[in-house]
Amino acid sequence: MYAFEYKRPASLAEAAQLLSGDDEAKLVAGGQTFIPTLKQRLAQPSTVIDLGAIGELAGIREEAGGVTIGAMTRHGQVASNDVVRRVIPSLAGMAEVIGDPQVRNLGTLGGSIANNDPAADYPGALLALQATIRTNKREIAADDFLTGMFDTALEADEIIKEVHFKKPDVGHYEKFRNPASRYAIVGAYVTRYGGTVRVAITGAGACAHRWSAAESALGGNFAADAVAGLTVDAGDLNSDIHASADYRAHLVKVMTQRAVKACA
Amino acid sequence: MVANGIGARALRKEDQRFITGKGRYTDDINQHGQAFAVFVRSPHAHAKLVAVDKASVAGMPGVLAVLDGTDVAADGLGNLICGWLVKSKDGSPMKMGAHPLLAQGKVRYVGDRVAVVIAETYAQARDAAEALAVDYAELPATVALADAHGSSTLVHDEVENNLIFDWELGDKAAVDAAMASAAHVTRIDLVNNRLVPNAMEPRAAIGSYDSGLDQFTCYVTSQNPHVHRLVMSAFIQIAPEHKLRVIGPDVGGGFGSKIFIYGEECVVTWASKKVGGRPVKWVAERSESFLSDAHGRDHISHAELAIDAEGNTTALRVNTKANIGAYMSTFSSCVPTYLYGTLLAGQYKTPAIYCDVQAYYTNTAPVDAYRGAGRPEASFLLETLYEQAAKEIGKDPAEFRRQNFIPKDAFPYQTPVALIYDVGDYATTLDRALELADYAGFKARKAEAEKRGMRRGIGISCYIEACGIAPSAVVGSLGAGVGLWESAKVRFSHTGKVQVMTGTHSHGQGHETTFSQLVADKLGIPYEDIEVIHGDTEKTPVGMGTYGSRSLAVGGEAIAKSCDKLIAKGKKIAAHLLEASEADIEFKDGQFTVAGTDRAKAMGEVVFAAYVPHNYPADLEPGMEEGAFFDPPNFTFPAGTYVCEVEVDPETGVVRIERLVAVDDFGNVINPNIVEGQVHGGLTQGIGQALLESAIYDGAGQLLTGSYMDYAMPRADDVPSFEVETAAGTACTSNSMGVKGCGEAGAIGSPPAVINAIIDAIGVRVEMPATPQRVWAAMQGLALAAE
Repeated sequence: MYAFEYKRPASLAEAAQLLSGDDEAKLVAGGQTFIPTLKQRLAQPSTVIDLGAIGELAGIREEAGGVTIGAMTRHGQVASNDVVRRVIPSLAGMAEVIGDPQVRNLGTLGGSIANNDPAADYPGALLALQATIRTNKREIAADDFLTGMFDTALEADEIIKEVHFKKPDVGHYEKFRNPASRYAIVGAYVTRYGGTVRVAITGAGACAHRWSAAESALGGNFAADAVAGLTVDAGDLNSDIHASADYRAHLVKVMTQRAVKACA
Repeated sequence: MVANGIGARALRKEDQRFITGKGRYTDDINQHGQAFAVFVRSPHAHAKLVAVDKASVAGMPGVLAVLDGTDVAADGLGNLICGWLVKSKDGSPMKMGAHPLLAQGKVRYVGDRVAVVIAETYAQARDAAEALAVDYAELPATVALADAHGSSTLVHDEVENNLIFDWELGDKAAVDAAMASAAHVTRIDLVNNRLVPNAMEPRAAIGSYDSGLDQFTCYVTSQNPHVHRLVMSAFIQIAPEHKLRVIGPDVGGGFGSKIFIYGEECVVTWASKKVGGRPVKWVAERSESFLSDAHGRDHISHAELAIDAEGNTTALRVNTKANIGAYMSTFSSCVPTYLYGTLLAGQYKTPAIYCDVQAYYTNTAPVDAYRGAGRPEASFLLETLYEQAAKEIGKDPAEFRRQNFIPKDAFPYQTPVALIYDVGDYATTLDRALELADYAGFKARKAEAEKRGMRRGIGISCYIEACGIAPSAVVGSLGAGVGLWESAKVRFSHTGKVQVMTGTHSHGQGHETTFSQLVADKLGIPYEDIEVIHGDTEKTPVGMGTYGSRSLAVGGEAIAKSCDKLIAKGKKIAAHLLEASEADIEFKDGQFTVAGTDRAKAMGEVVFAAYVPHNYPADLEPGMEEGAFFDPPNFTFPAGTYVCEVEVDPETGVVRIERLVAVDDFGNVINPNIVEGQVHGGLTQGIGQALLESAIYDGAGQLLTGSYMDYAMPRADDVPSFEVETAAGTACTSNSMGVKGCGEAGAIGSPPAVINAIIDAIGVRVEMPATPQRVWAAMQGLALAAE
């Protein structure tokens, strides 16, 4: 990696101040994407601002019929947390299949969604669980937060504080893992809130997105068969050495059906 | 009987230091005044190297030297070598392009070494390496093996059609005749996928020059320090052999990739003198390892098996194209030839076999030996071919194989492809494997799986391999540039402790344990009293190193012979001390006894007398230290049957290995724990090849699978709990211990078992690696676009 300044602020305000004063500064949360990027010299930040010492970013609590999770919470903490497991067990289940144990012990919620890797698991969870992203400046609805590949609605000096996830009646995340990286080749997160169904797909396209045709079909009939007749357009999907767009399109349906079955 | 002798499940001596982080690998060594090297590598698969502008980094902080191909040439250093001369059908020698330490005139693959930057710190070397201005003129690249012949782009201008050699083995006329009269011919086309070796410890080297002694020292991640010294001295000409010391400290895995002499260790050793003798350290980054370690496999083959009306195989014809990469690595030529074609008889009595192999240059990393080296390619071809043939003629695959086995009473058996198998009992390993795998109960399991919507399949592989490499006269007659004997020294101290010095070198196999068990058993002394010394040309007798599952069968036999000499000398001393005739002295369990009496001297007493020879035979040298060389009369031939059972999810193409039974005949076994561990590791690598691993270049020659984000290594949950048995042993006749090599068998035998099981499950052929996408596409009848 290239040389950089290292700062470890104690408060969100201090972190925001450091960030706003320097266009070349970067935040580091769990570092599971950022540190390898630095080591490969693919980034040259002036200053790395470590969010690890900020108490405001920690913690998991039950709130308004859902769960609120601090941005610096590690995936492993979400996977094993009693509140998450009781209120939204599917979210704990999702956290449990992220990466590998090392990634889960360091990677964070805030880091994952701010990076918005097309193959990351958390962005799908934001959509499926009607999440609200709370930053040092404002609240952003999940549907407005994810704006494209590695892109979000976050402003340059904006820092995610915590995320509120709305408790569904039922939900399940079904993931088809990349055998090498263990990112999602396709992940389908299905939730039902009364008569409303959300189907969030990650890994398949440029950015996690909702599969609206499946949501409508499942809203009328919450059964795997309801999506059997739907077709997924491969034209917009990713294609790489691990999975062609056609295979991904096929997996979108299979993973969605499996997630629905697992909700039963 | 001593404790922890031959056959004991002794815990590995070396694991205390490895598990507690006390292993001492090359990168753990830091010397006073050490500088750091970073190699500048080609970003292009093929380009003219127009200029390296050293001035572009002049004055950068900490930079001590920048060296490129012109410096190598100016100092008259030699090129890297390929140590095995293979001849084409017409008798002409293989066509080998020059392989300089640093590129001269052209770069030929992404990762080719262009220059080295040496600086005070690693970060400074890295900064300067990045800043170094190199002017390339890009050329079109020949990347895919299938495109090499007739490509308008030559990797080496002097090698027409990129064809290095067109080699053959066997009786073509006899095969043609048998094919013409066959009742049935089974045909197969297959690819043996290219692999990246991925040793846990990346390659590394530290070169230094001592002007006081006029001596160079090179620490290097090497499976064979003496071979490194020989090549770096005799061919690269860095220094005469007696002025070059090569040390391979603890080595963290190699799988073949650390046999080879690469440019990096040569360059840092040579360069040390240019920076005042300061030690110069280079450690590969993982990305560099992907690009520049010699890759493995990469064959395209067509094969035909002729079968008579009774189901007897009558002939085998094989054509293989082998990718050598951009340069010929140290042993690259023998892998797709003498380590491949000679194994095509398998366990079978097929009377006529013919094989020809065309080896090609491409603009990719060099390809050389990787765990199994040629033998996995032969085993995969043969065992998937036999499986398909059995199904085509409506025979049970196990019974079809059994019918064609070389019978137990036919040994020693001369195959039609040069080898003479000394012993074997293939029906016994097959029977035992089928029994362990409950082959008879498979149909019920398949039916049960179908009820769950899963496709279940079973696959067999009856592999053989030739290892314990190798009889020198035989390999010499086939083109090898070296002998492949081994040597050892066994030295007692005054107090009866023993140093065993061997020319082999463990890179994880547990030699310190196995050799200690062997010596404890031979000399009747405590296992704890033995220290094994290896990996340093200054401390060990000359040896050829560790590969080809040779360390015990060849190196161990040199140790055993040294022990025999010590016992013979001990008898003379004991006879003197006991005032008996030497002929009457018997040695057993560490005691020299006058036959038929209770008069005895313990080994310790004899050793003490040898070092304090106050009362000692007049005509005998003092001391108890003996050495021996051993040149094996033949290879060893491990063989066995592997049975794999899989379930395929038809909706996703995901393959899950439910069971993998491995029954191996390794002859006699010194340490079953270590042997089983070797099999487990080999099976895991074989499963990696069958299901996960593939080195993929794009059309421009960029490695797409250049990190673990894209190159899928097997993890614990990708493999089943193995069922391994090594009990069915026929003792090898080529060494006194009756042992065969076990290091590569798992990787040789398992890929066809896995693939046969998948084909059995889904009913159509699928290539390796059988990724979910490929299996799914095969089941849909879809041809995948080029990946």
